[in-house]
Amino acid sequence: MHFISNSIVIRQATVSVNGAPYFKGQPSEFKDFAKELYQHLGITYPKFYKMDNLCKLAFLASEIVLKDQDGEDIALIFSSKEGSLDTDIQHQGHIQDENSFYPSPATFVYTLPNICIGEVSIRHQLKTESMFLLAEAYQTAYIQAYSDFLIESGKAKKVLCGWLRMLKDDYVAQFYLVEKQGNIAHQINNIEQILNK
Amino acid sequence: MAELKDLLKQQIIEVLNLEDIQVTDIQDEDALFGDGLGLDSIDALELIVLLDKEYGIKLSDPKEGKEIFKSINTLADFVEKNRSK
Repeated sequence: MHFISNSIVIRQATVSVNGAPYFKGQPSEFKDFAKELYQHLGITYPKFYKMDNLCKLAFLASEIVLKDQDGEDIALIFSSKEGSLDTDIQHQGHIQDENSFYPSPATFVYTLPNICIGEVSIRHQLKTESMFLLAEAYQTAYIQAYSDFLIESGKAKKVLCGWLRMLKDDYVAQFYLVEKQGNIAHQINNIEQILNK
Repeated sequence: MAELKDLLKQQIIEVLNLEDIQVTDIQDEDALFGDGLGLDSIDALELIVLLDKEYGIKLSDPKEGKEIFKSINTLADFVEKNRSK
């Protein structure tokens, strides 16, 4: 049996950790809220400002969950319905004008959702298993079994699982850390409780 | 020339999302890459797009960028001599 040791939900300019209020920002566009939360966390990582919104969301959620972790052997399993569609739309906006064709490198490097995994891995020096799964809805049973397998087989000591939504300022991040110790059993009903918050 | 240098600094800050940096923080002789502003290869591509979009300058040889993007002084000098708009 494995456990959920930590969980976080970010939506509508609010952050809750393990079900308790953690941070409330000003109602604003995600970009401004992200900056507010970044500054609140006291992080110094200038590359943050260059990330697209999806990466910023994953970065901030991971930052809070992994705050007190040593970073060793933590696998990442992120999942989303929209993937990088938010940035894809921006990129399309840059290239659809034939008379002013200026694809922005800062935009098109983020038109892959698994760049999130890369950004979080670089930040926390993670060299473990990772996956960004695109699906209509969170594949609870599949991800539960995969996380358990990663820990049981010794491929990872912990697994950070996350559901992300980022599309035109409609955003949600629901992350939880699975490991061998904790208070909440790593079971479908408990995962769904986090996803329903 | 001083006006062009300030405009370039402003455009660099905007296009590269250098949120914590003000125009006054960038000195004309400061290195833009490496130990200076710490720009990377993606930023270099973004600067090439900036030159094309704002000044009508197409860099035919990306290797030229190394000298052109050395500092605001070298960049402004290059723009002044090669701009078509």
